[in-house]
Amino acid sequence: MLRFIVRRLLQAIPTLLVLSILVFAWLRSLPGGPASALLGDKATPEKIAELNAVLGLDQPIFVQYFKFLGRILTGDFGSSLISGDSVLAEIGRAFPATIELSLAALFLAIVFGIPLGYLAARFHGRFLDNATVVTTLVGVAVPVFFLGFLLKYVFAQQLAILPPSGRQDVLIDATRITGFATLDGLLTGELDATWDAMLHLLLPAIALASIPFAVIVRITRASVLDVTGEDFVRTAESKGLTAPVIRRRHVLRNALLPVSTTIGLQTGLLLAGAVLTEKVFVWGGVGSLLEQGIERRDYPRLQALILLAALVYVLVNLLVDISYAIIDPRVRVR
Amino acid sequence: MTGPKLLSRRKADRIDELAQGGTSLAKDALRRMASNPVAILGACIIAAFVLLAIFAPLLAPKDPFIPYPELQAQLTPTNIPGPMPGFLLGSDQNGYDFFSRLLAGARQTLIVGVGATIIGVTIGMIIGGLAGAFGGWVDTVLMRFTDILLSIPSLLLAISIAALFASGNQWTVIIAVAMVCVPVFARLLRGSMIAQRSSDHVLAATALGVRRRTIVFRHMLPNSVGPVIVQATLTLATAIIDAAALSFLGLGDTDWRRAEWGLMLGNSQDLLSVKPELAFYPAIAIIIVALGFTLLGESMREALDPKNRR
Repeated sequence: MLRFIVRRLLQAIPTLLVLSILVFAWLRSLPGGPASALLGDKATPEKIAELNAVLGLDQPIFVQYFKFLGRILTGDFGSSLISGDSVLAEIGRAFPATIELSLAALFLAIVFGIPLGYLAARFHGRFLDNATVVTTLVGVAVPVFFLGFLLKYVFAQQLAILPPSGRQDVLIDATRITGFATLDGLLTGELDATWDAMLHLLLPAIALASIPFAVIVRITRASVLDVTGEDFVRTAESKGLTAPVIRRRHVLRNALLPVSTTIGLQTGLLLAGAVLTEKVFVWGGVGSLLEQGIERRDYPRLQALILLAALVYVLVNLLVDISYAIIDPRVRVR
Repeated sequence: MTGPKLLSRRKADRIDELAQGGTSLAKDALRRMASNPVAILGACIIAAFVLLAIFAPLLAPKDPFIPYPELQAQLTPTNIPGPMPGFLLGSDQNGYDFFSRLLAGARQTLIVGVGATIIGVTIGMIIGGLAGAFGGWVDTVLMRFTDILLSIPSLLLAISIAALFASGNQWTVIIAVAMVCVPVFARLLRGSMIAQRSSDHVLAATALGVRRRTIVFRHMLPNSVGPVIVQATLTLATAIIDAAALSFLGLGDTDWRRAEWGLMLGNSQDLLSVKPELAFYPAIAIIIVALGFTLLGESMREALDPKNRR
């Protein structure tokens, strides 16, 4: 088991290294070169030359790359052009908001997706199954941000029963501890703050959950159908086990293996979807940082966000692989 | 090659050629799709979309690219004229005929979706084909590269590519969306070509002494394109949605006069309380078209699955 984990960890290193080369090349292929991109509107030829010397852009390219790598490894991503703050500190402040939103979306997608997928497979070919398949197909075709618009329009503007944007009512005086608005209220006993944060969380989480939900339903359904035809299920049936026992112990347990991998693969979609959802609901998380970064072409910030997004994605998939190996001994041998 | 050669290259080639035939999987799949209502629905949606894209200028009651003074006259920050005589859906936020622009949007949306998919599939197939045909270090290098691209969440990859350009136009959108598909198609083609490499008919051709190039083009490629076509159809749907997302984030075409559904949707986000139709109709158009490609792609996948072959 340990060998498997070590091997998977080692496999992630070259991926991250090449990724750093790509991001390095990306920054260098910017219009006008990195110095003028970094300076933005303030760029003058003298300033560009000065910054080139400071950044070491007059040195050979591989020296530049290793310096760049060294800075990244020590956590120095430079400072944002918009706020002047350290990019890493900025991201650190915005991160809890995005994590909270993504986890809420993933929670909704799993809690509703797995049972629905399972039921669809159990009633294969009947109305519920067909309705489920159609729903998931439509779910994938709806742009996340449009679903956000729609929810906001109906529930916040027309019915006015849920807040249209933000993470918490500005009038609520909430104490910040972890940066997770829902958790902070519970920790400090300010339950009204938690309730308010959850109301704010509901619409964006539903919008963001739409795509992982559709994918989880489809994979669960396909996987349950697959497992139902397996020999060990027939064996269990011929042993005379009752249907509920077979379903729970033989079908569901084995069918959930592929589902767990799929959930890991959703992190990429969640990160991307979070950018769009955060914009619709003015969420103020990492997605909002990215969006402002794009608008103002804040390259240090964008560079850090891309690297960190890829890092999170690689790490989550690593964790999924490892947990998969724990659940299913067959994976370890490969 | 060592050892005695039983057949000349030319003879081996001829025998190999004669051995082609039988019921083709493609024909079989087409027959099965023709009797699948889901596939027919998908095909009808796409056909309608393509026809609309071609004939939009003839169908549009007004010129979609010029503002109309009678619409502009009623335009205020809090009021956008609704339906009125001659203007079926009223005005958009700039005093253009909204209905005509919706029709015209089909063409631009088709161009962006198809353009991005074609570029992505072509580059992806070249990379995947080289990796699958040569194997060895070529394979390792190319696949490492695609792994990296896959390790960046797709929309973020599109964003980082689109952000490289100082300002957006339709080509930056097409390129950004296309690059997202490249690794997917590279992996797909390589995977199925490697599976082909150890299949009986390729081994037979190799044993006959058929040249590698002939094997790749006659045996491996044609038998590998099925999944690629399926994926390309599904990609058309995501390409259109991704392009809309880029527009929404302000990385799309900066020329707002161009009628494209994603752009129209992205530009109307602040007008939800004034005239929600400006966002809803383009969005519904995108959803229907994306659904059409998804339905067709999924039923194609089902039809090509050997497990379903009767």
